[in-house]
Amino acid sequence: MSFLNNVITGVSLGSIYAIIALGYTMVYGIAKMLNFAHGDVIMVGAYVCFFAMGSFHLPPVAGVVLAVLVCTVLGMAIERLAYKPLRAAPSLAVLITAIGVSYFLQNSAQLLWGAATKVFTPIVGTSGNSSLELIPGQLSISYVAVLSIVCCIVVMVGLTLFTGQTKLGKAMRACSEDKGAAQLMGIDVNATISMTFAIGSALAALAGVLMCSAYPTLSPTTGSLPGIKAFTAAVFGGIGSVPGALLGGILLGVIEIFAGAYVSTDLSDAVVFAVLIIVLLVRPAGLLGRYVPEKV
Amino acid sequence: MLNVNDINVYYGAIHAIKGVSFQVNDGEVVTLIGANGAGKSTILNTVCGLLRSRTGSIEFLDKNLASIPAHKVVELGMAHVPEGRRVFQQMTVEENLEMGAYTQARSTIAPNLERVYGQFPRLKERRKQVAGTLSGGEQQMLAMGRGLMSNPKLLMLDEPSMGLAPILVEQIFDIIRQLHQGGTTILLVEQNARMALSVADRGYVLETGKIVATGTGSELLHDEAVKKAYLGG
Repeated sequence: MSFLNNVITGVSLGSIYAIIALGYTMVYGIAKMLNFAHGDVIMVGAYVCFFAMGSFHLPPVAGVVLAVLVCTVLGMAIERLAYKPLRAAPSLAVLITAIGVSYFLQNSAQLLWGAATKVFTPIVGTSGNSSLELIPGQLSISYVAVLSIVCCIVVMVGLTLFTGQTKLGKAMRACSEDKGAAQLMGIDVNATISMTFAIGSALAALAGVLMCSAYPTLSPTTGSLPGIKAFTAAVFGGIGSVPGALLGGILLGVIEIFAGAYVSTDLSDAVVFAVLIIVLLVRPAGLLGRYVPEKV
Repeated sequence: MLNVNDINVYYGAIHAIKGVSFQVNDGEVVTLIGANGAGKSTILNTVCGLLRSRTGSIEFLDKNLASIPAHKVVELGMAHVPEGRRVFQQMTVEENLEMGAYTQARSTIAPNLERVYGQFPRLKERRKQVAGTLSGGEQQMLAMGRGLMSNPKLLMLDEPSMGLAPILVEQIFDIIRQLHQGGTTILLVEQNARMALSVADRGYVLETGKIVATGTGSELLHDEAVKKAYLGG
Protein backbone atom coordinates (compact mmCIF):
# COMPACT_ATOMS: atom_id res chain seq x y z
CA MET A 1 0.00 0.00 0.00
CA SER A 2 2.84 2.36 0.72
CA PHE A 3 3.82 1.87 -2.92
CA LEU A 4 0.42 3.17 -4.09
CA ASN A 5 0.58 6.00 -1.58
CA ASN A 6 3.95 6.98 -3.04
CA VAL A 7 2.55 6.84 -6.56
CA ILE A 8 -0.27 9.19 -5.56
CA THR A 9 2.08 11.62 -3.83
CA GLY A 10 4.48 11.47 -6.78
CA VAL A 11 1.81 12.09 -9.38
CA SER A 12 0.34 15.01 -7.46
CA LEU A 13 3.76 16.61 -6.95
CA GLY A 14 4.50 15.88 -10.60
CA SER A 15 1.25 17.59 -11.62
CA ILE A 16 2.47 20.78 -9.98
CA TYR A 17 5.86 20.46 -11.69
CA ALA A 18 4.04 19.91 -14.98
CA ILE A 19 2.01 23.11 -14.58
CA ILE A 20 5.21 25.08 -13.89
CA ALA A 21 7.09 23.30 -16.68
CA LEU A 22 4.40 24.38 -19.15
CA GLY A 23 5.34 28.00 -18.47
CA TYR A 24 9.00 27.30 -19.20
CA THR A 25 8.27 25.30 -22.29
CA MET A 26 5.75 27.71 -23.83
CA VAL A 27 8.01 30.70 -23.31
CA TYR A 28 10.97 28.77 -24.69
CA GLY A 29 8.91 27.64 -27.67
CA ILE A 30 8.01 31.16 -28.67
CA ALA A 31 10.73 33.46 -27.33
CA LYS A 32 13.55 30.88 -27.53
CA MET A 33 14.70 31.92 -24.07
CA LEU A 34 14.88 30.26 -20.67
CA ASN A 35 12.94 32.43 -18.26
CA PHE A 36 14.73 31.67 -15.02
CA ALA A 37 12.54 34.17 -13.20
CA HIS A 38 9.59 31.85 -13.77
CA GLY A 39 10.14 30.07 -10.42
CA ASP A 40 9.96 33.36 -8.56
CA VAL A 41 6.65 34.23 -10.14
CA ILE A 42 5.40 31.09 -8.35
CA MET A 43 6.54 32.58 -5.07
CA VAL A 44 4.83 35.92 -5.77
CA GLY A 45 1.60 34.08 -6.58
CA ALA A 46 1.77 32.18 -3.31
CA TYR A 47 2.37 35.38 -1.30
CA VAL A 48 -0.55 37.15 -2.98
CA CYS A 49 -2.85 34.25 -2.11
CA PHE A 50 -1.40 34.10 1.43
CA PHE A 51 -2.15 37.75 2.14
CA ALA A 52 -5.51 37.69 0.37
CA MET A 53 -6.66 34.84 2.60
CA GLY A 54 -4.76 35.73 5.78
CA SER A 55 -4.89 39.52 5.97
CA PHE A 56 -7.99 40.29 3.93
CA HIS A 57 -9.92 37.15 4.87
CA LEU A 58 -10.94 36.49 1.29
CA PRO A 59 -12.22 33.01 0.44
CA PRO A 60 -9.59 30.66 -1.09
CA VAL A 61 -11.09 30.93 -4.58
CA ALA A 62 -10.76 34.71 -4.52
CA GLY A 63 -7.19 34.31 -3.26
CA VAL A 64 -6.30 32.07 -6.18
CA VAL A 65 -7.98 34.34 -8.73
CA LEU A 66 -6.17 37.37 -7.32
CA ALA A 67 -2.83 35.52 -7.40
CA VAL A 68 -3.43 34.54 -11.02
CA LEU A 69 -4.33 38.12 -11.99
CA VAL A 70 -1.33 39.67 -10.23
CA CYS A 71 1.09 37.16 -11.75
CA THR A 72 -0.38 37.57 -15.24
CA VAL A 73 0.31 41.28 -15.08
CA LEU A 74 3.70 40.67 -13.47
CA GLY A 75 4.70 38.21 -16.21
CA MET A 76 3.72 40.64 -18.96
CA ALA A 77 5.55 43.47 -17.20
CA ILE A 78 8.74 41.39 -16.84
CA GLU A 79 8.61 40.55 -20.55
CA ARG A 80 7.96 44.14 -21.57
CA LEU A 81 10.59 45.75 -19.33
CA ALA A 82 13.36 43.16 -19.10
CA TYR A 83 13.21 40.89 -22.14
CA LYS A 84 11.62 42.85 -24.98
CA PRO A 85 14.47 45.37 -25.23
CA LEU A 86 16.80 42.38 -25.68
CA ARG A 87 14.84 40.74 -28.51
CA ALA A 88 17.83 41.07 -30.85
CA ALA A 89 20.52 40.51 -28.21
CA PRO A 90 22.59 37.32 -27.92
CA SER A 91 20.90 34.60 -25.90
CA LEU A 92 23.52 34.76 -23.16
CA ALA A 93 22.53 38.36 -22.39
CA VAL A 94 18.89 37.34 -22.11
CA LEU A 95 19.76 34.40 -19.88
CA ILE A 96 21.75 36.59 -17.49
CA THR A 97 18.92 39.13 -17.46
CA ALA A 98 16.50 36.35 -16.51
CA ILE A 99 18.71 35.37 -13.59
CA GLY A 100 18.84 39.05 -12.61
CA VAL A 101 15.04 39.30 -12.68
CA SER A 102 14.91 36.19 -10.51
CA TYR A 103 17.11 37.80 -7.83
CA PHE A 104 15.19 41.04 -8.17
CA LEU A 105 11.91 39.29 -7.41
CA GLN A 106 13.37 37.35 -4.47
CA ASN A 107 14.89 40.43 -2.91
CA SER A 108 11.80 42.54 -3.51
CA ALA A 109 9.75 39.88 -1.74
CA GLN A 110 12.18 39.89 1.16
CA LEU A 111 11.98 43.68 1.37
CA LEU A 112 8.21 43.76 1.17
CA TRP A 113 7.26 40.70 3.20
CA GLY A 114 10.33 39.89 5.29
CA ALA A 115 12.66 36.92 5.21
CA ALA A 116 10.84 34.94 7.88
CA THR A 117 9.14 31.77 6.72
CA LYS A 118 5.36 32.01 6.77
CA VAL A 119 2.99 29.13 7.33
CA PHE A 120 0.68 28.85 4.36
CA THR A 121 -2.92 27.81 4.94
CA PRO A 122 -3.83 25.18 2.34
CA ILE A 123 -6.66 26.28 0.09
CA VAL A 124 -8.53 22.98 0.52
CA GLY A 125 -8.93 20.38 3.26
CA THR A 126 -8.48 22.65 6.25
CA SER A 127 -11.77 21.88 7.97
CA GLY A 128 -11.56 18.51 9.69
CA ASN A 129 -10.38 15.80 7.35
CA SER A 130 -7.59 16.79 4.97
CA SER A 131 -7.64 13.64 2.92
CA LEU A 132 -9.91 11.19 1.23
CA GLU A 133 -9.67 7.60 2.52
CA LEU A 134 -9.55 5.23 -0.43
CA ILE A 135 -8.88 2.12 1.69
CA PRO A 136 -9.47 3.10 5.34
CA GLY A 137 -6.26 3.22 7.30
CA GLN A 138 -4.13 2.15 4.37
CA LEU A 139 -4.58 4.23 1.24
CA SER A 140 -5.57 7.87 1.22
CA ILE A 141 -5.24 10.86 -1.05
CA SER A 142 -5.17 14.41 0.26
CA TYR A 143 -7.60 16.95 -1.12
CA VAL A 144 -4.65 19.08 -2.18
CA ALA A 145 -3.31 16.14 -4.21
CA VAL A 146 -6.71 15.63 -5.84
CA LEU A 147 -6.92 19.32 -6.64
CA SER A 148 -3.37 19.38 -8.08
CA ILE A 149 -4.06 16.45 -10.38
CA VAL A 150 -7.41 17.88 -11.47
CA CYS A 151 -5.85 21.30 -12.14
CA CYS A 152 -3.09 19.71 -14.18
CA ILE A 153 -5.59 17.79 -16.32
CA VAL A 154 -7.78 20.87 -16.82
CA VAL A 155 -4.75 23.01 -17.76
CA MET A 156 -3.46 20.41 -20.21
CA VAL A 157 -6.82 19.93 -21.90
CA GLY A 158 -7.39 23.68 -21.96
CA LEU A 159 -4.00 24.42 -23.50
CA THR A 160 -4.33 21.64 -26.06
CA LEU A 161 -7.69 23.02 -27.17
CA PHE A 162 -6.35 26.58 -27.15
CA THR A 163 -3.31 25.88 -29.31
CA GLY A 164 -5.11 23.39 -31.56
CA GLN A 165 -8.48 25.04 -32.14
CA THR A 166 -8.40 28.79 -31.58
CA LYS A 167 -7.11 31.47 -33.89
CA LEU A 168 -4.87 33.00 -31.21
CA GLY A 169 -3.51 29.59 -30.23
CA LYS A 170 -2.67 28.75 -33.82
CA ALA A 171 -1.04 32.15 -34.22
CA MET A 172 1.09 31.28 -31.21
CA ARG A 173 2.26 28.05 -32.86
CA ALA A 174 2.95 29.95 -36.07
CA CYS A 175 5.08 32.46 -34.14
CA SER A 176 7.02 29.71 -32.40
CA GLU A 177 7.90 28.21 -35.80
CA ASP A 178 8.78 31.29 -37.80
CA LYS A 179 8.31 34.83 -36.50
CA GLY A 180 9.07 36.47 -39.84
CA ALA A 181 6.53 34.39 -41.73
CA ALA A 182 4.01 34.94 -38.91
CA GLN A 183 4.38 38.69 -39.36
CA LEU A 184 3.76 38.31 -43.09
CA MET A 185 0.43 36.68 -42.16
CA GLY A 186 -0.48 39.79 -40.17
CA ILE A 187 0.19 38.26 -36.76
CA ASP A 188 1.42 40.75 -34.15
CA VAL A 189 4.45 38.84 -32.86
CA ASN A 190 5.10 41.12 -29.88
CA ALA A 191 1.52 40.79 -28.68
CA THR A 192 1.73 37.02 -29.08
CA ILE A 193 4.91 36.81 -27.02
CA SER A 194 3.31 38.98 -24.36
CA MET A 195 0.27 36.69 -24.30
CA THR A 196 2.54 33.65 -23.87
CA PHE A 197 4.19 35.22 -20.84
CA ALA A 198 0.74 36.06 -19.46
CA ILE A 199 -0.44 32.46 -19.78
CA GLY A 200 2.79 31.02 -18.35
CA SER A 201 2.72 33.38 -15.37
CA ALA A 202 -0.94 32.70 -14.67
CA LEU A 203 -0.08 29.00 -14.54
CA ALA A 204 2.87 29.78 -12.26
CA ALA A 205 0.51 31.51 -9.81
CA LEU A 206 -1.77 28.50 -9.79
CA ALA A 207 1.19 26.18 -9.25
CA GLY A 208 2.49 28.40 -6.44
CA VAL A 209 -0.76 28.16 -4.54
CA LEU A 210 -0.95 24.37 -5.05
CA MET A 211 2.69 23.92 -4.08
CA CYS A 212 2.30 25.89 -0.86
CA SER A 213 -0.92 24.06 -0.05
CA ALA A 214 0.90 20.75 -0.32
CA TYR A 215 4.09 21.93 1.45
CA PRO A 216 2.80 24.81 3.58
CA THR A 217 5.84 26.98 4.09
CA LEU A 218 6.42 30.23 2.28
CA SER A 219 9.54 32.36 2.01
CA PRO A 220 11.09 34.60 -0.68
CA THR A 221 13.12 31.66 -2.02
CA THR A 222 10.20 29.22 -2.08
CA GLY A 223 9.98 29.35 -5.85
CA SER A 224 13.58 28.67 -6.76
CA LEU A 225 13.90 24.92 -6.18
CA PRO A 226 10.49 24.00 -7.70
CA GLY A 227 11.41 26.37 -10.52
CA ILE A 228 14.66 24.57 -11.23
CA LYS A 229 12.97 21.19 -10.95
CA ALA A 230 10.17 22.20 -13.30
CA PHE A 231 12.78 23.49 -15.72
CA THR A 232 14.43 20.08 -15.41
CA ALA A 233 11.04 18.49 -16.09
CA ALA A 234 10.62 20.62 -19.21
CA VAL A 235 14.06 19.59 -20.49
CA PHE A 236 13.40 15.97 -19.46
CA GLY A 237 10.18 15.87 -21.50
CA GLY A 238 11.66 17.90 -24.35
CA ILE A 239 11.72 21.67 -24.07
CA GLY A 240 9.20 23.34 -26.36
CA SER A 241 6.84 20.36 -26.26
CA VAL A 242 3.59 20.73 -24.30
CA PRO A 243 2.95 16.99 -23.84
CA GLY A 244 6.65 16.73 -22.95
CA ALA A 245 6.15 19.15 -20.06
CA LEU A 246 3.35 16.97 -18.73
CA LEU A 247 5.28 13.74 -19.08
CA GLY A 248 8.49 15.25 -17.70
CA GLY A 249 6.67 16.83 -14.76
CA ILE A 250 4.83 13.67 -13.72
CA LEU A 251 7.92 11.46 -14.12
CA LEU A 252 10.05 13.88 -12.16
CA GLY A 253 7.53 14.01 -9.31
CA VAL A 254 7.26 10.22 -9.16
CA ILE A 255 11.03 9.71 -9.35
CA GLU A 256 11.58 12.27 -6.60
CA ILE A 257 9.07 10.67 -4.23
CA PHE A 258 10.30 7.14 -4.97
CA ALA A 259 13.92 8.13 -4.50
CA GLY A 260 12.96 9.70 -1.18
CA ALA A 261 11.00 6.63 -0.10
CA TYR A 262 13.31 3.85 -1.26
CA VAL A 263 16.77 5.41 -1.48
CA SER A 264 17.11 8.34 0.89
CA THR A 265 15.32 11.65 1.29
CA ASP A 266 18.70 13.37 1.33
CA LEU A 267 19.51 11.90 -2.06
CA SER A 268 16.14 12.35 -3.75
CA ASP A 269 17.16 15.54 -5.58
CA ALA A 270 20.45 13.98 -6.61
CA VAL A 271 18.62 10.98 -8.06
CA VAL A 272 16.28 13.31 -9.97
CA PHE A 273 19.16 15.14 -11.61
CA ALA A 274 21.07 11.91 -12.25
CA VAL A 275 18.06 10.59 -14.17
CA LEU A 276 17.96 13.83 -16.14
CA ILE A 277 21.61 13.47 -17.11
CA ILE A 278 21.09 9.90 -18.26
CA VAL A 279 18.02 10.83 -20.32
CA LEU A 280 19.86 13.69 -21.96
CA LEU A 281 22.80 11.42 -22.79
CA VAL A 282 20.49 8.98 -24.52
CA ARG A 283 17.97 11.44 -25.96
CA PRO A 284 19.53 14.93 -26.13
CA ALA A 285 16.22 16.54 -27.14
CA GLY A 286 14.35 15.05 -24.16
CA LEU A 287 11.74 12.31 -24.16
CA LEU A 288 9.23 13.91 -26.55
CA GLY A 289 11.40 16.68 -27.98
CA ARG A 290 12.45 16.80 -31.59
CA TYR A 291 16.08 17.31 -32.34
CA VAL A 292 16.28 20.18 -34.79
CA PRO A 293 19.79 20.69 -36.11
CA GLU A 294 20.75 24.32 -36.33
CA LYS A 295 20.86 25.55 -39.91
CA VAL A 296 24.07 27.22 -40.97
CA MET B 1 -0.50 50.65 -57.07
CA LEU B 2 2.99 50.30 -55.62
CA ASN B 3 5.42 53.15 -55.85
CA VAL B 4 8.93 52.60 -54.56
CA ASN B 5 11.02 55.72 -54.63
CA ASP B 6 14.76 55.92 -53.98
CA ILE B 7 15.17 53.36 -51.21
CA ASN B 8 18.52 52.66 -49.55
CA VAL B 9 18.77 49.61 -47.32
CA TYR B 10 21.73 48.61 -45.16
CA TYR B 11 22.68 45.42 -43.34
CA GLY B 12 24.88 46.95 -40.69
CA ALA B 13 27.63 48.66 -42.68
CA ILE B 14 26.77 46.90 -45.93
CA HIS B 15 24.91 49.07 -48.39
CA ALA B 16 22.63 46.43 -49.92
CA ILE B 17 20.12 48.51 -51.90
CA LYS B 18 21.38 51.66 -53.55
CA GLY B 19 18.72 54.16 -54.51
CA VAL B 20 16.22 51.80 -56.10
CA SER B 21 12.95 53.11 -57.55
CA PHE B 22 10.24 51.20 -59.38
CA GLN B 23 6.51 51.05 -59.90
CA VAL B 24 3.89 48.35 -60.14
CA ASN B 25 0.63 49.38 -61.78
CA ASP B 26 -2.79 47.91 -61.27
CA GLY B 27 -3.19 44.51 -62.94
CA GLU B 28 0.45 44.22 -64.01
CA VAL B 29 2.95 41.43 -63.52
CA VAL B 30 6.26 43.10 -62.80
CA THR B 31 9.44 41.16 -62.28
CA LEU B 32 12.73 41.98 -60.61
CA ILE B 33 15.46 39.78 -62.00
CA GLY B 34 19.08 39.54 -61.07
CA ALA B 35 21.77 37.24 -59.84
CA ASN B 36 22.01 35.75 -56.38
CA GLY B 37 22.86 38.56 -53.95
CA ALA B 38 21.69 41.38 -56.21
CA GLY B 39 19.22 42.50 -53.54
CA LYS B 40 15.95 41.19 -54.92
CA SER B 41 14.68 39.65 -51.68
CA THR B 42 15.93 42.61 -49.67
CA ILE B 43 13.70 44.86 -51.77
CA LEU B 44 10.64 42.69 -51.15
CA ASN B 45 11.40 42.50 -47.43
CA THR B 46 11.67 46.28 -47.33
CA VAL B 47 8.42 46.78 -49.22
CA CYS B 48 6.52 44.58 -46.75
CA GLY B 49 8.11 46.24 -43.72
CA LEU B 50 10.39 43.50 -42.40
CA LEU B 51 13.34 45.74 -43.25
CA ARG B 52 13.43 49.54 -43.32
CA SER B 53 14.88 51.94 -45.85
CA ARG B 54 16.94 54.88 -44.62
CA THR B 55 15.72 57.15 -47.38
CA GLY B 56 12.96 57.61 -49.91
CA SER B 57 9.44 56.33 -49.67
CA ILE B 58 7.29 53.30 -50.37
CA GLU B 59 3.70 54.04 -51.26
CA PHE B 60 1.08 51.36 -51.61
CA LEU B 61 -2.41 52.39 -52.79
CA ASP B 62 -1.37 55.99 -52.06
CA LYS B 63 -0.45 55.19 -48.47
CA ASN B 64 3.07 55.75 -47.19
CA LEU B 65 4.27 52.53 -45.56
CA ALA B 66 7.16 54.12 -43.63
CA SER B 67 5.53 53.99 -40.22
CA ILE B 68 3.36 50.90 -40.70
CA PRO B 69 4.63 47.75 -38.94
CA ALA B 70 5.04 44.60 -41.04
CA HIS B 71 2.06 42.81 -39.53
CA LYS B 72 -0.26 45.70 -40.49
CA VAL B 73 0.77 45.74 -44.15
CA VAL B 74 -1.22 42.58 -44.91
CA GLU B 75 -4.43 44.34 -43.92
CA LEU B 76 -3.77 46.96 -46.58
CA GLY B 77 -3.91 44.25 -49.25
CA MET B 78 -0.33 43.17 -49.78
CA ALA B 79 0.63 39.51 -49.48
CA HIS B 80 4.24 38.40 -49.49
CA VAL B 81 5.13 34.79 -50.36
CA PRO B 82 8.65 34.66 -48.96
CA GLU B 83 11.78 33.08 -50.36
CA GLY B 84 12.16 29.47 -49.34
CA ARG B 85 8.35 29.20 -48.91
CA ARG B 86 8.50 29.31 -45.13
CA VAL B 87 5.29 27.41 -44.61
CA PHE B 88 4.59 26.46 -41.01
CA GLN B 89 6.09 22.98 -41.11
CA GLN B 90 4.38 21.57 -38.05
CA MET B 91 0.92 22.86 -38.91
CA THR B 92 -1.51 21.21 -41.30
CA VAL B 93 -2.13 22.51 -44.82
CA GLU B 94 -5.47 23.91 -43.78
CA GLU B 95 -4.05 25.57 -40.66
CA ASN B 96 -1.40 27.22 -42.82
CA LEU B 97 -4.12 28.57 -45.09
CA GLU B 98 -6.10 29.78 -42.08
CA MET B 99 -3.01 31.68 -40.92
CA GLY B 100 -2.94 33.33 -44.34
CA ALA B 101 -6.41 34.65 -43.60
CA TYR B 102 -5.40 35.83 -40.11
CA THR B 103 -6.43 39.43 -40.78
CA GLN B 104 -9.62 38.48 -42.58
CA ALA B 105 -13.14 38.28 -41.15
CA ARG B 106 -14.08 34.76 -40.12
CA SER B 107 -16.89 34.66 -42.69
CA THR B 108 -14.46 35.05 -45.59
CA ILE B 109 -12.33 32.05 -44.65
CA ALA B 110 -14.61 29.31 -46.02
CA PRO B 111 -15.15 30.89 -49.48
CA ASN B 112 -11.45 31.77 -49.71
CA LEU B 113 -10.48 28.21 -48.82
CA GLU B 114 -12.74 26.93 -51.58
CA ARG B 115 -11.21 29.35 -54.06
CA VAL B 116 -7.63 28.40 -53.13
CA TYR B 117 -8.49 24.69 -53.19
CA GLY B 118 -9.97 25.30 -56.67
CA GLN B 119 -6.67 26.83 -57.79
CA PHE B 120 -4.57 24.17 -56.08
CA PRO B 121 -6.54 20.90 -56.03
CA ARG B 122 -3.48 19.12 -54.64
CA LEU B 123 -3.75 21.14 -51.45
CA LYS B 124 -7.33 20.02 -50.96
CA GLU B 125 -6.25 16.37 -51.14
CA ARG B 126 -3.66 17.04 -48.46
CA ARG B 127 -5.52 19.48 -46.27
CA LYS B 128 -5.13 17.48 -43.05
CA GLN B 129 -1.50 16.67 -43.75
CA VAL B 130 1.29 18.40 -41.84
CA ALA B 131 2.99 20.91 -44.16
CA GLY B 132 6.50 19.62 -43.40
CA THR B 133 5.63 16.33 -45.13
CA LEU B 134 4.72 18.00 -48.45
CA SER B 135 7.06 17.97 -51.42
CA GLY B 136 8.86 21.18 -52.42
CA GLY B 137 6.38 21.92 -55.20
CA GLU B 138 3.42 21.35 -52.91
CA GLN B 139 4.97 23.59 -50.28
CA GLN B 140 5.35 26.32 -52.89
CA MET B 141 1.68 25.93 -53.83
CA LEU B 142 0.80 26.09 -50.15
CA ALA B 143 2.87 29.24 -49.67
CA MET B 144 1.14 30.87 -52.65
CA GLY B 145 -2.28 29.69 -51.51
CA ARG B 146 -1.56 31.03 -48.04
CA GLY B 147 -0.71 34.41 -49.55
CA LEU B 148 -3.93 34.41 -51.60
CA MET B 149 -6.04 33.72 -48.48
CA SER B 150 -5.81 37.39 -47.51
CA ASN B 151 -7.50 38.53 -50.77
CA PRO B 152 -4.44 40.56 -51.71
CA LYS B 153 -4.52 43.39 -54.21
CA LEU B 154 -0.78 42.88 -54.69
CA LEU B 155 0.87 39.48 -54.49
CA MET B 156 4.65 39.47 -54.05
CA LEU B 157 6.35 36.22 -54.97
CA ASP B 158 9.96 35.68 -53.95
CA GLU B 159 11.71 32.99 -56.03
CA PRO B 160 8.68 30.74 -56.46
CA SER B 161 10.65 28.40 -58.76
CA MET B 162 13.61 27.96 -56.42
CA GLY B 163 14.69 24.35 -56.03
CA LEU B 164 11.84 22.92 -58.10
CA ALA B 165 12.03 20.42 -60.94
CA PRO B 166 11.44 21.95 -64.41
CA ILE B 167 7.96 20.44 -64.71
CA LEU B 168 6.96 22.00 -61.39
CA VAL B 169 8.44 25.34 -62.45
CA GLU B 170 6.14 25.20 -65.51
CA GLN B 171 3.18 24.50 -63.23
CA ILE B 172 4.00 27.37 -60.89
CA PHE B 173 4.32 29.79 -63.82
CA ASP B 174 1.04 28.52 -65.28
CA ILE B 175 -0.57 29.45 -61.99
CA ILE B 176 1.06 32.89 -62.09
CA ARG B 177 -0.41 33.38 -65.62
CA GLN B 178 -3.83 32.31 -64.37
CA LEU B 179 -3.66 34.72 -61.44
CA HIS B 180 -2.61 37.48 -63.83
CA GLN B 181 -5.55 36.76 -66.13
CA GLY B 182 -7.81 36.82 -63.09
CA GLY B 183 -6.67 40.39 -62.44
CA THR B 184 -4.22 39.91 -59.54
CA THR B 185 -1.33 42.35 -59.56
CA ILE B 186 1.95 40.52 -59.07
CA LEU B 187 5.47 41.54 -58.18
CA LEU B 188 7.70 38.62 -59.04
CA VAL B 189 11.29 38.17 -57.95
CA GLU B 190 13.17 35.48 -59.84
CA GLN B 191 16.59 34.12 -60.67
CA ASN B 192 14.98 32.19 -63.50
CA ALA B 193 15.01 35.28 -65.70
CA ARG B 194 13.71 33.64 -68.87
CA MET B 195 10.58 32.28 -67.19
CA ALA B 196 10.00 35.46 -65.25
CA LEU B 197 10.30 37.74 -68.29
CA SER B 198 8.00 35.47 -70.31
CA VAL B 199 5.09 36.08 -67.91
CA ALA B 200 5.91 39.68 -66.99
CA ASP B 201 4.46 42.85 -68.47
CA ARG B 202 7.52 44.75 -67.36
CA GLY B 203 10.80 43.92 -65.73
CA TYR B 204 13.66 45.53 -63.87
CA VAL B 205 17.19 44.12 -63.92
CA LEU B 206 19.01 44.42 -60.63
CA GLU B 207 22.75 44.28 -60.19
CA THR B 208 24.49 44.64 -56.81
CA GLY B 209 21.73 46.73 -55.33
CA LYS B 210 21.06 48.97 -58.35
CA ILE B 211 18.59 48.87 -61.21
CA VAL B 212 20.64 48.65 -64.41
CA ALA B 213 17.96 48.02 -67.03
CA THR B 214 14.22 48.19 -67.39
CA GLY B 215 11.69 47.51 -70.10
CA THR B 216 8.78 45.33 -71.10
CA GLY B 217 9.16 41.60 -70.65
CA SER B 218 9.83 40.95 -74.32
CA GLU B 219 12.20 43.91 -74.66
CA LEU B 220 14.37 42.56 -71.89
CA LEU B 221 14.11 39.02 -73.25
CA HIS B 222 15.67 40.27 -76.48
CA ASP B 223 18.09 42.77 -74.97
CA GLU B 224 21.64 41.70 -75.85
CA ALA B 225 23.16 42.63 -72.50
CA VAL B 226 20.41 40.90 -70.54
CA LYS B 227 20.64 37.86 -72.75
CA LYS B 228 24.34 37.63 -72.19
CA ALA B 229 24.23 38.10 -68.44
CA TYR B 230 21.07 36.26 -67.43
CA LEU B 231 19.70 34.16 -70.25
CA GLY B 232 22.78 32.14 -71.10
CA GLY B 233 23.82 34.01 -74.27
